[in-house]
Amino acid sequence: MKHEQVKKIILDIITVIAPDADVSNVKSDVRLRDQLELDSMDFLDIVMELRERYKIEVPKDEYRQLESLDSCANYLGPKLASAVA
Amino acid sequence: MADLERIVITGIGLTSPNGDGIKAYRRNLLAGVSGVTTHETRFMGTVLAGLCAYDEFKHQSRKERRRGTRAGSTAIYCSAEALAAAGVDLETRNRSRIGVFIGITEHGTVETENEIDAIRQYDYDTKYWSHHHNPRTVANNPAGEVTIKLGIKGPHYTIGAACAAGNAGLIQGVQMLRLGEVDLAIAGGVSEATGSFGIFASFASQDALAWHDDPTQASRPFDKARSGIVVSEGGCLFVVERLGDAKRRGAPIIAEVLGYAMNSDASDPVMPDPDSIAACMVLAIERAGIEPGDVDIVSTHATATEMGDVQEARGMRKVFSDFPSVYVNNTKSFIGHAMGAAGALELAGNLGSFEDGVVHPTINVTELDPDCSVRNLVVNEPKRIDSVRYILNNSFGMLGINSAVVIGRPTD
Repeated sequence: MKHEQVKKIILDIITVIAPDADVSNVKSDVRLRDQLELDSMDFLDIVMELRERYKIEVPKDEYRQLESLDSCANYLGPKLASAVA
Repeated sequence: MADLERIVITGIGLTSPNGDGIKAYRRNLLAGVSGVTTHETRFMGTVLAGLCAYDEFKHQSRKERRRGTRAGSTAIYCSAEALAAAGVDLETRNRSRIGVFIGITEHGTVETENEIDAIRQYDYDTKYWSHHHNPRTVANNPAGEVTIKLGIKGPHYTIGAACAAGNAGLIQGVQMLRLGEVDLAIAGGVSEATGSFGIFASFASQDALAWHDDPTQASRPFDKARSGIVVSEGGCLFVVERLGDAKRRGAPIIAEVLGYAMNSDASDPVMPDPDSIAACMVLAIERAGIEPGDVDIVSTHATATEMGDVQEARGMRKVFSDFPSVYVNNTKSFIGHAMGAAGALELAGNLGSFEDGVVHPTINVTELDPDCSVRNLVVNEPKRIDSVRYILNNSFGMLGINSAVVIGRPTD
């Protein structure tokens, strides 16, 4: 799956989890936590949304892969490609 | 009797099925306006309920509301409104000296029912069980959400006291002030009960869930045709302070907490005991330093169950039969049973009488049940009396928990 598609999926999920957040200017290479008010429970929400929507599992020791939109795209791209195939 | 520090109410924040804020609520109580409507609930279809329509986002962001509970949201709304009404600026206060004491009938059932329903589609795989479940269902959640939102660092907890919880929350605030543990208490009760199907189903199984083709006529305490309880949500929180502190800061003094009592029937899980109810009222009145005949308004608990109303009326007659100027009313006839919020809301609905001298009625009495007769029950229409100095607010709950609070008009 293309990186831009993955980033859109993550931003869509963030707008559900953090409905007050302005995601229009989120930088892809900066940690999401440094740009948006997201805490550990929010990241668990992201993991849960990926599970519910795409049946994707993110093991605890790989949570760091969700730090930024770029890292999400790199990490989730192959998983999402398999999930939607 | 120990010389106890005088405690006053300086702010009220509330949401009820027939009005948000004390002005709208009082106006609708005097105008006979019911807040009961139809409500669709899981597995039960259409039931009757009292639902609130306060603006959840007046004091909370969408994310905060999403993460928390309805009870927490209601508590935040009522707290913020009460503090504003009391003229309290938290920026200038030592927030470690502020406490939050909220009465609840139950908590956690709404979240649990929702979560079980949500994982049903995943074949009950608990991998899909929310990480928010625990912080949402711990019993202190409604009070805890207030402390997080308002940055309050004093003690917070909820008090589980069944339908006596609203009084119990206020009583706890009074006690903590007298102990010197806090300088300001946010105290009262909240309920999100209408979000649960289980509470409706359980009352239905007890043959105690009200129905009427006209929802506004469904809640009928003391009436011969009463058919049980209307479940409601709501919230009412008071800002409570020591009188000296309130005067020093020029706070508006709405009422004084003169006395209170709680006791237990120690008899039956659901059937109230008239002797025990009477003893609770007498003790509260005695502690307030007045006589039963001095009470101007008794706000009854009566939920419109077949036997509950009868037992409460028996208890009332034991205490007040001899007194020609004690008037009696009921708020559940208007708004249903707001569970944890009930006692606090019912007290708040009567406070306006200190200024306007009017006793709001109990509505929906077409034919009074003779077994429920109490002297001077104000029925269907409000009654203007000379003046109101003392209100007795009664709330009684399952497992035989009783509470009574005597509130006085400000005197100085």
